[in-house]
Amino acid sequence: MPAQSAHLQMRVPFGDYALGSAYDEMFRADGRPRAHYRNLYTQLLNLPSEDLYRFKKEADLSFFNQGITFTVYGRAEGTEQIFPHDLLPRIVTSSEWATIERGLIQRITALNLFLADVYHERRIVKDRVIPGEIIYTCKHFRRQMQGVRIPRDVYISVAGTDLIRMPDGRFVVLEDNLRVPSGVSYMLTSRKVMKQIFPALFRKCGVRPIEQYSQELLSTLRSLAPEGRSTIVLLTPGTYNSAYFEHAFLARQMGIELVEGRDLVVHDNTVYMRTTSGLQRVDVIYRRVDDDFVDPLAFRADSTLGVAGLFNAYRAGKVVLANALGSGVADDKAIYSYVPKIIRYYLDEDPIVDNVETFLMTDRAQRDEVCGNLEKYVVKAVGESGGYGMLIGPHSSREQQAEFREKILADPRNYIAQPTITLSAAPCFMNGRIEPRHVDLRPYVLFGEKATIVPGGLTRVALRRGSLVVNSSQGGGSKDTWVLLN
Amino acid sequence: MLSRVADSLYWMSRYFERANHCARVLEANHNLMLNPSKLSTEERWQRIMASLGIAPAAGGIDPQSAMVKLTSDAGFESSIAFCIAVSRENAGQVREQISSEMWEGLNSLYHKVTKASANLEADTDPMRLVVAVREGSYQFHGITDATMNHGEGWQFIQLGKYMERSCALPVLLDAYFSRAGEADTLDWVGLLASCAAFESYCKVYTAELRPDSVAEFLLLNPEFPYSVCYAVERMSAAIAAISQTSFTKASVRIERIAGRLRASLAYAQIAEIMIGGVHRCLNDVIEQCESLHAAVHMVYIDYPIQSALEA
Repeated sequence: MPAQSAHLQMRVPFGDYALGSAYDEMFRADGRPRAHYRNLYTQLLNLPSEDLYRFKKEADLSFFNQGITFTVYGRAEGTEQIFPHDLLPRIVTSSEWATIERGLIQRITALNLFLADVYHERRIVKDRVIPGEIIYTCKHFRRQMQGVRIPRDVYISVAGTDLIRMPDGRFVVLEDNLRVPSGVSYMLTSRKVMKQIFPALFRKCGVRPIEQYSQELLSTLRSLAPEGRSTIVLLTPGTYNSAYFEHAFLARQMGIELVEGRDLVVHDNTVYMRTTSGLQRVDVIYRRVDDDFVDPLAFRADSTLGVAGLFNAYRAGKVVLANALGSGVADDKAIYSYVPKIIRYYLDEDPIVDNVETFLMTDRAQRDEVCGNLEKYVVKAVGESGGYGMLIGPHSSREQQAEFREKILADPRNYIAQPTITLSAAPCFMNGRIEPRHVDLRPYVLFGEKATIVPGGLTRVALRRGSLVVNSSQGGGSKDTWVLLN
Repeated sequence: MLSRVADSLYWMSRYFERANHCARVLEANHNLMLNPSKLSTEERWQRIMASLGIAPAAGGIDPQSAMVKLTSDAGFESSIAFCIAVSRENAGQVREQISSEMWEGLNSLYHKVTKASANLEADTDPMRLVVAVREGSYQFHGITDATMNHGEGWQFIQLGKYMERSCALPVLLDAYFSRAGEADTLDWVGLLASCAAFESYCKVYTAELRPDSVAEFLLLNPEFPYSVCYAVERMSAAIAAISQTSFTKASVRIERIAGRLRASLAYAQIAEIMIGGVHRCLNDVIEQCESLHAAVHMVYIDYPIQSALEA
């Protein structure tokens, strides 16, 4: 614990709240609450912890009854648990948000231009901004998409960009999730629950609404539909998918059909769904199925989740898929390191929100530096997400480091490294006490006719003390994110 | 509406009704079994099994374990726990089609049943579960009617519910009327209670319990929700509503089967049925329900694609 916290006397219930080297969302270094957290702070000082316990219980029960659960494998059958949710909101000021918003819109605009270029002229390669082999060796590069024209050249309609806050308070992008980002339903349901629990606080703080997300998503999808046609469906892998709750939730909120691959048939390059009154034509598919699985004839032949013939209908322009197939190139972790260059190249602007410094293992000097000091770095496999295939240097054993060193040397293209960054910390209600836990922020960016971001996003929390891993598959939880009006 | 969705709504509803029916039968019999009777406990349990359409067990029946098996054995296909689980699973497949209140109601009932099933200790515990299901089911029906659009999806739910009832009631009645000669007053009370019908029966016929009056009430009364006639009537109404929203040429065939079944009950007289044998009449109802079920499946759910494209 740093020396500065030793003389700080925090008031109950913050008695055990330790200010570390991370940026603290609520407290300044002198232990006083930041201005935009003062309402919450006062509320917490006056709230007996029994009340917090009761609120916590009510919130959890509400999540449970709504079925926002996941199945715990390897235990007795039917063991369902809710996704851990923290009661205390994470608060972002309107000026911080303004920067994030401009930065993310700039970023998605550039990445869409990049994808259109990658699958057509490849000017960016010819102009030697990015080496061609980095693009063609991407796990999610789809050769089949070469030369395929898609509506408005919009490849990424929905992005879930992971931001983290540096110790100096700046937000930076840690990861672009451009394939089938999930979690937005937690953002929406947690807001609903929070309103039941803290109505007075909402009134006092002036929190910008996020409930319009579903309408925004629907108009984004609609803007991609062919002239005069508008049957939109959401394609899910099915009830066994861990994000199924979200698929059903969004389909219901938008009032569109939730379909599975087996509900769709392709005939004469036209996609139909099987309904009680016969076959009905489908125009736009918001697909929550990975590229690999959408069409067993074009991609993985063993896929039972997709629709045979869908890719041909797509190439023929008879149906729109969002996000477009092949958009995963742009969230490859090696391409990520080029995003600032991509922004400058297509938009002739400096990035508004920065990247985290990233080392490419294909570069000899960078590789030697990282492999010699693995205990300082976070190493990630480029095509993975969800916190899998990762080494967190400072928390790793010598054996794990040796194992990753070998993996890197065997396949340098498959890995990147980043310095270990201490994510910012926010107050969380942990077993009766309020303690800091590390958090990130995933806003959801929509891009159709125009770009929109609902103010807020999913704040993910690393619930284990000191942990930096926020992924839900690895013991992470979430909390509501409040963007203030002013 | 997606065919798969219609199918899930239908089965959600059928299994829910099945659990409900089982709960009613068990609750009615549980109370009566505490009274002495001409029949042995074993024989009475056999009748319960028969009235639920369960094949007699080879090694005889142990009352306490039978109760546990029928209420909480999730591996046993006729148990309440199993039916509620399948119903919820089907609801889970179509969560965006039903209202959130319906899902929450069904989901919390499922968790209640699962939890109760895992903690059966006292011999009163299975009955507690049964009562919870009965109460939960009235609540669920109320929520369904109050919160969901009464459109095609709701009609498939009605169809499932009344199809199940139209199939289950004849089985139950048959178990009693096949041995009508040996039945005493208490047995008829038990049958009526199994259909939650005792009070309603008394309002029509007074408390005088005669087999032909009981048969008339449970088979032909057009106003009582747990009579065969009423269930068939509602089932036909659902079918007519569905064919109005999703008309295909084959809908006509379904309406014809439904209409014939409906008419056979609407214009029947109990005296005639008693002469021809109740069993034959009941069997006829079951057979026609089965062919109706098959026709609905073929026309709305699992039709051949080629024929749909030509249309």
